[in-house]
Amino acid sequence: MNAATMDVSWAHATPSILAAFFASLVECVEALTIVLAIGAIRGWRSALCGSGAALILLLAIVAALGPALARCPIGIMQLTIGTLLLLFGMRWLRKAILRAAGVVPLHDEAAAFAKETARLRALGGNSRWDVAATFGSFQITMLEGIEVVFIVVAIGAGDTGLLMPASLGAIAALVLVVALGVVLHRPLASIPENSLKFVVGVLLAAFGTFGVGEGLGISWPGADWAILALAIGFLLTAMLTIWLSRLKVVQAAATGMERA
Amino acid sequence: MMHWISLTLRELLGLFVEDTRFVLTILGWLTVFALLLPQVPLPPPWRGALLFIGLAAILLSHCLRHVVRSAGSTPRDAAP
Repeated sequence: MNAATMDVSWAHATPSILAAFFASLVECVEALTIVLAIGAIRGWRSALCGSGAALILLLAIVAALGPALARCPIGIMQLTIGTLLLLFGMRWLRKAILRAAGVVPLHDEAAAFAKETARLRALGGNSRWDVAATFGSFQITMLEGIEVVFIVVAIGAGDTGLLMPASLGAIAALVLVVALGVVLHRPLASIPENSLKFVVGVLLAAFGTFGVGEGLGISWPGADWAILALAIGFLLTAMLTIWLSRLKVVQAAATGMERA
Repeated sequence: MMHWISLTLRELLGLFVEDTRFVLTILGWLTVFALLLPQVPLPPPWRGALLFIGLAAILLSHCLRHVVRSAGSTPRDAAP
């Protein structure tokens, strides 16, 4: 490993760790809800086997994709990964804004747990090797894990030295959620998922914009510090949008009451 | 198996696309920006700022349009 890959500035590494940690936290909480439901209703052996197999497959994907991306032309990769990261970040940010404004309902882990529990009970039959439970656990861990893998690989793709900080952020989130799941044995409904999505959306949109800019040959003033400036810019834009959205919701409600 | 593959592909696409118009507007702005960048004599610090301003405007306008559309009606989007 050469000095260039080791020399990762804190301006770049800290947002990478935070973005990967918070994004992974959201995805891990969603996966944990379903795995807990499967474990509680169909048995822990099948639930843990399914999740374990998915985690091994996901680690293999990260191990294969990381070095492969490092061999791609940097400009094309920055533009492609930057665009995908931007679309992903803007999607989360848009949804978080609409939820904060009260236009879209908040995600409810307790309701998701109750719904999955009822579905699993209705399946009936509960043998020692429960294929449905193992596959269900594998599927949810893979689906939510793919999002985590994308974020980790995308953040690490712009600079090979960032793959490690991003991976550490994701692993820290996984360890935290698993530990909380083991201790609490119930869905983590009190995790402020929308606030996390808001923060991650801001960070990923900033990373994405920075990557797209670099891919197009823009030399950002302040180099890596531009990511922080972009994050502040997206944060202010999002807060302004929430304020304007709430204003419009109140106005619409007042108009509706007048008509009634 | 086919069901699982199609579900995974849909999930992968869903990572980036939720509101098609929103995504197309972002991609449109990036294309216009990339094509105009060599033609416009902007000093380097302003190029990044212009890219950001366009994206911020898209985010703000799409959110407000969504609010206006759904105002007065019950929330339509299901929380995934």
